[in-house]
Amino acid sequence: MSVEVTERSEPQPATEQTPLVRIRGLRKLFPITRGILFQKRIGDVHAVDGVDLEIFKGETMGLVGETGCGKSTLARVVMRLYEATEGTIEFEGHDITQAKGSDLRDLRREMQMIFQDPFASLNPRKTVGSIIGAPYRLHKVVPRNKIKTEVQQLMELVGLNPEHFNRYPHEFSGGQRQRIGVARALALRPKLIVCDEPVSALDVSIQAQVLNLLEDLQEEFNLTYLFIAHDLSVVKHVSDRVAVMYLGKIVEMAVGQTLYRNPKHPYSGALLSAVPIPDPDLAAAKKRIILEGDVPSPIDPPSGCRFHPRCPNAQFPKCSEDEPELLPHHPGQVAACHFPLEDRAIIDTPADG
Amino acid sequence: MAEPLLEVKNLSVHFPTDDGLVKAVDGVSFSLLPGETLGVVGESGSGKSVSFLTVMGLIDTKRAIIEGEIIFQGQDLLTLPPDEMRTVRGEKISMIFQDPMTSLHPYYKVGDQIAEAVRVHQQVSKQEAHEQAVEMLRRVGIPRPDERADQYPHEFSGGMRQRAMIAMALSLNPDLLIADEPTTALDVTVQAQILDLLDRLKQEFNAAIVIVTHDLGVVAEHCDHIQVMYAGKIVEAGDRRDIYYGAHHPYTWGLLASIPRLNDSDVKERLSPIRGLPPSLIFVPPGCAFHPRCPHVFDRCRTEVPELLPADGHHASRCHLSLAEKERIFQEEVMARS
Repeated sequence: MSVEVTERSEPQPATEQTPLVRIRGLRKLFPITRGILFQKRIGDVHAVDGVDLEIFKGETMGLVGETGCGKSTLARVVMRLYEATEGTIEFEGHDITQAKGSDLRDLRREMQMIFQDPFASLNPRKTVGSIIGAPYRLHKVVPRNKIKTEVQQLMELVGLNPEHFNRYPHEFSGGQRQRIGVARALALRPKLIVCDEPVSALDVSIQAQVLNLLEDLQEEFNLTYLFIAHDLSVVKHVSDRVAVMYLGKIVEMAVGQTLYRNPKHPYSGALLSAVPIPDPDLAAAKKRIILEGDVPSPIDPPSGCRFHPRCPNAQFPKCSEDEPELLPHHPGQVAACHFPLEDRAIIDTPADG
Repeated sequence: MAEPLLEVKNLSVHFPTDDGLVKAVDGVSFSLLPGETLGVVGESGSGKSVSFLTVMGLIDTKRAIIEGEIIFQGQDLLTLPPDEMRTVRGEKISMIFQDPMTSLHPYYKVGDQIAEAVRVHQQVSKQEAHEQAVEMLRRVGIPRPDERADQYPHEFSGGMRQRAMIAMALSLNPDLLIADEPTTALDVTVQAQILDLLDRLKQEFNAAIVIVTHDLGVVAEHCDHIQVMYAGKIVEAGDRRDIYYGAHHPYTWGLLASIPRLNDSDVKERLSPIRGLPPSLIFVPPGCAFHPRCPHVFDRCRTEVPELLPADGHHASRCHLSLAEKERIFQEEVMARS
């Protein structure tokens, strides 16, 4: 237990430690074709465009960004649901980028996913017992006659009534359905769980229940989470480290606290300033970076720094020609920006705040 | 004091179903002044949307039992004949909905859809209506509005579609705009843009705005008054400061405590969610509807329905706890966390 605590409070875990997941130079392009019979490739959607990321055992890695920034694609490539176009993914030190057949099947046991929409991700024709028990049947890790007991234990664990084993998803509320999704993900006792916007579709009061459940389960089973959301307040709440993604690239990565106090990339600043604060005075005191327009098309990303067309601090021609690299700022913080924000640029509260 | 623009008196909307009577809205009263922004907060199924659909006259009276009065500019909307109501809806009151994907017609150009709304209510030529649509798109901040007006909804992003909906809603210069979860389906960055836009347009068009939401965070910066709904009733109402710096109802405390705060602490804090689930609107718990989920429940709450009692001029709550007790709990348990 004490080991875990030190691991969590350490901004950047010791480099000797092998990360659970190591991603190197990962790219995922989706071809755009024209023509029906003779398909011609006319371009690519650069969904993930050169991402390096390490996720350490027992930590929660948060990933934030707007719709279309490639965060869900990144998660699906890591899960091996999409093939990577370029780059490597290592899981516990083994290269899994090309894993096939039984290797891939075994790998699926180690990593599972929780989806955003609890209405669309559960088969309406199957009972809850059969949905949660599916991983057991597929992977044959539990004898058939024991599945029911196992499933009921899982249901209890995630706060569902085990007697509701034979009910259908429509008989449950949104929050309860998300618990079913959590139970299914947990069935094979994976090491990594990818949570793709797990609370975005829920009411705030129910959100809090699900977030607490995820935290409890992490402690109990020593889980590692890759937690994806567009709301920085949710991500900061659950994550040890947070990566900010924009148009297929990670533009800033830091421990949650540093990102809150001293965001360096103007895009992180904009995300931070957009978070609604349930405190009118504090909300009025915060400085705003309001982004104009939408995320540009990932088919033809802007030259230089991809954020330059929307950036309030952009200086030309530097930003439109020269692509910035991820450089260290505060301990445990890297950001890719030529003209980073000053410390405390967004929320300026006294340190004891 | 100015004449209220909208005054809802003891409104009840009940739906008879095979399983029993669904009391979606149960005795709601409030008023709204011209130019004011009201935030209506509550969980799914608290009756917040149904109340305002009723104000819009969009609840089928054959399927629902509607009681009470909705006085808008001196007229009771509930007794208005359907064709007069149609004039009010759109010209005087308009509404934007949660999901901009489903509320625009996918087969028609965005500009034409806005122009249609104009042509239904005003005697103008097609050309003029189109020009008005383009002008509205420009005012809600859509770049190159003349080109955009000729595009279809699928060519718009989520935030742009919501802007187009706002353009349509404001095209007839209504006195009241009802925004039902206008930003729930959107990214936080776009949410901030849309809320700022509503603020700006409120000044420009001098309209009153109602923002319906489940997130108390969303309305903190944008509303003058806030009312919190639970199980078809208003459980707390007050000015913005009353709610955020001195809430009196345990349900409001619960909502405030379940929002993840962006704060400066290094420790991971646990959220304190509201336990349990919202009640069924058919079998509303006896006494205070919130009592099964309330951490401060005592005997009286289980039997006696609390009244919405004012603490001072504008701040009222529906709870049996004494005022001193409420203030103590708020300071010790809710403010301490933030």
